[in-house]
Amino acid sequence: MDNIIQQIHGVPLNHYLIFCSVIFSIGVLGVLIRRNVIIIMMSIELMLNSVNLLLAAFSAHSGDPSGQVFVFFIMALAAAEVAVGLAIIIMVYRNTKSVDIETLSRLRW
Amino acid sequence: MTLFYFVAFLSIFFALMTIFTKNPVHSVLYLVITFFTFTVHYILLNAQFLAVVNFIVYMGAIMVLFLFVLMLLNLNKETEPMRSHVVKFMGAIAGMCLLITFLGAFRVLETDTGLVVADPEIGLVKNLGKVLFKDFLLPFEISSILLLTAMVGAVLLAKKETRVKQNG
Amino acid sequence: MKELIWLLPAIPLLGFLTIGLLRNFLPKSVVSLIGCGSILISFVMSCLLFKEVYDARSAGADGSFHFELFQWFSVGELRVNLSFLLDPLSAMMLLIITGVGFLIHVYSVSYMSKDPGFAKYFSYLNLFIFFMLLLVLGSNYLVMFIGWEGVGLCSYLLIGFWFRNSSYARAAKKAFVMNRIGDLGFLIAMFFIVVHFGTLEYTGVFSQALGLSSGDGVIVGITLLLFLAATGKSAQIPLFTWLPDAMAGPTPVSALIHAATMVTAGIYMIARSNILFTLAPVTMQLIAIIGVATALIAAFIALTQNDIKKVLAYSTVSQLGYMFLGLGVGAFTGAFFHVLTHAFFKALLFLGAGSVIHAMADQQDMREMGGLKKHMPITHSTMLIATIAISGIPPLAGFFSKDEILAHAFAQSPVLWILGFLGALGTAFYMFRLLYLTFYGDFRGTAAQKSQLHESPLTMTIPLMILAVLSIFGGALNIPEALSGRMWLGEFLAPVFAGTNQRIEPFHLSHQTEYLLMGLSAVGAVAMAIWAYTKYVRRGDVPKADTDNVSGGLYRLSYEKLYIDQLYDALVSKPLQAASKFFHNVVDKLGIDGVVNSIGELFYSSGKGIRLLQSGHVGFYLFMMVIGVVAFMLYGLLTL
Repeated sequence: MDNIIQQIHGVPLNHYLIFCSVIFSIGVLGVLIRRNVIIIMMSIELMLNSVNLLLAAFSAHSGDPSGQVFVFFIMALAAAEVAVGLAIIIMVYRNTKSVDIETLSRLRW
Repeated sequence: MTLFYFVAFLSIFFALMTIFTKNPVHSVLYLVITFFTFTVHYILLNAQFLAVVNFIVYMGAIMVLFLFVLMLLNLNKETEPMRSHVVKFMGAIAGMCLLITFLGAFRVLETDTGLVVADPEIGLVKNLGKVLFKDFLLPFEISSILLLTAMVGAVLLAKKETRVKQNG
Repeated sequence: MKELIWLLPAIPLLGFLTIGLLRNFLPKSVVSLIGCGSILISFVMSCLLFKEVYDARSAGADGSFHFELFQWFSVGELRVNLSFLLDPLSAMMLLIITGVGFLIHVYSVSYMSKDPGFAKYFSYLNLFIFFMLLLVLGSNYLVMFIGWEGVGLCSYLLIGFWFRNSSYARAAKKAFVMNRIGDLGFLIAMFFIVVHFGTLEYTGVFSQALGLSSGDGVIVGITLLLFLAATGKSAQIPLFTWLPDAMAGPTPVSALIHAATMVTAGIYMIARSNILFTLAPVTMQLIAIIGVATALIAAFIALTQNDIKKVLAYSTVSQLGYMFLGLGVGAFTGAFFHVLTHAFFKALLFLGAGSVIHAMADQQDMREMGGLKKHMPITHSTMLIATIAISGIPPLAGFFSKDEILAHAFAQSPVLWILGFLGALGTAFYMFRLLYLTFYGDFRGTAAQKSQLHESPLTMTIPLMILAVLSIFGGALNIPEALSGRMWLGEFLAPVFAGTNQRIEPFHLSHQTEYLLMGLSAVGAVAMAIWAYTKYVRRGDVPKADTDNVSGGLYRLSYEKLYIDQLYDALVSKPLQAASKFFHNVVDKLGIDGVVNSIGELFYSSGKGIRLLQSGHVGFYLFMMVIGVVAFMLYGLLTL
């Protein structure tokens, strides 16, 4: 256990920031280049997780447990979001036989 | 210290694999691995509770849900819609722009360069539970209502229409 | 008792709310019980309050009490309270309003018994009493103004009570609009008072006004505007044409609102503000001239009208003119005395006319009546008393009050007296004409009507009798010194007019002159009565039908009401309508609509263009979102 803590002691906060930004940008990239709605939702999960990790890192850095509690709430929220989002996707698929985000363009106007 | 960089490299690698793999089922599996690396990150931060929750809720529940939906809809590589290369290229540029902006922002803002000193106490289930049930009791209860609402909504949305449609 | 004064207006209001809200559920008996009962309670309270004032006066005090209920609002320096003032003037008015009001309520129970809007009618009447009490009791101009507006509203509602008849609805609208013109004057006058005196309370305004010199420009302006308000409410030239049309309402309403109480609000208001008016001699002269002109013109028109209620309406206008003449020549007590006696005999005349109309199955044309004397003895005798009273034949009430005004007018200028005297002669003539055409000679209606003729029920005749008694003895309140009277009313009201009495020289006429004037007017009235008798009873003249071409210039002029309605139509309505049309077609349609429509058109067309951006492609949206986030962050970085 102490070994692990020793391991982490050497990491600057800035590196966490950069790492999480990279993961976040990958999430954004996924949203932009994929047309499958499910993959897009997964990319969104990726973004959420990067933020979660950053929060935990800040929490550890400042010694304040609130950040970790917040992560916990975000996870609860994410669970709810995924449940509803996937239900919507199923509905859309049932009506259009497609998970292509472009088919949703018929919803306009 | 090196462990962190190794796991971070793995995270980025599997995240990229997630979004670039054509087969959606593989995508989900790569995402599961990505989340597993996140769990490792949490352990490195000594956030044991979050590590467990991430493992169970994200990797377990949410990812299985994704997989389940994929199977239910019978999606695979052949049916996967793909964007044109121009759009992909534009998207890549936009994503890179975002990343560069982030990095530039950190540089300009001169964030705290101090080391992350993990407090061995706060991440433990016992301590976090105390905080959660003392200071954050009301949000905790409300989040349970949120989950209930989401469950009802999901069931209602995904339920098959039992009424006979009038115009086919 | 005095502390409960707020109950006085509150009880009719409660009656209004109860009847108004439960009008579909309450049976008629309960409605009439609540309607009359609330006014009876108010009347009893008024009597008790009057006694308090009377006792205070007897003890030598000025008999005025001030009650502050609560502060209504305060803006800067201006504080307005909802407060009541009980003094001899308002105490007398309370008695008139609740007393006559109660009699008319009782009368209405049987008059309106067949009407489907029975409960609605009583709720309106109670509301009217509430507003009238507020008007009289208010201790500042704003509370008076609430009452002033409220009685105007009730007048509108009750004139248009049978609103399904569109000409009645038009009459109500006319009354409302005419009143609004006057109300505007009141409102602007209040603004001036606030700016100039910094308060709306009577006491504050009057005490400050006493320090001003006579003929002060601001005072003249305020009084002229207040007088404009009074001409609207009390039907004087130029705003009098609504009152004859107001006869569209039920007859008891005409008796209560358009004869006894509401139309005297203007006189009450001027009498209340007597100090301001005394300080503005110009306005006083104008009031006297307008008053006497109204009295003459209305009497002239009344000479030839055939509708029984129209005659009474013009008679009311004419009598109100006398009251204004009294105010104008400084006879505030006399004017108020006439308000009092007029309330008795004019309410009696209207109720009597209502009784006749009731018996004649809603026939109002006197040419179709005649010979009702033997069918309706009580109505006839009470109407006779009222006619004698209004004609100014001693010793009934009208003689004393009218004579006091005319004596003051004579002291001011013999010309005013001559004009007033002519009007009085006219009054005597048309009133006896009405009486003779209605009750004497042979019956001229249809056989069906003849078989239906009946004396009205007791609930209608008892108010008539009470009012008749009051009409006979009302004059005793203020018997002039020339007839070795005590001028009781003048004594009683003295504190209200104290400021005025200091300022204007007391009126002085030798007793011989007064005897002469009284004798002249009494003889003139009797002569007119005899002339009318020979013309309509002995010779049996009946006015010609409308279809016959009425001959004689003057007769035609009077019959057509001096063409005043047509004149207003041509001078005011037509140009207004033309201007409205112009503004509608040019300014509104081209100007305002143009601007509004072109703004709408601009956004519509630009939206049409920008809508293309909303392709519906979610990917595109996401792309734009990322671009937007990047742009924002870059902007934040660069402006750091």
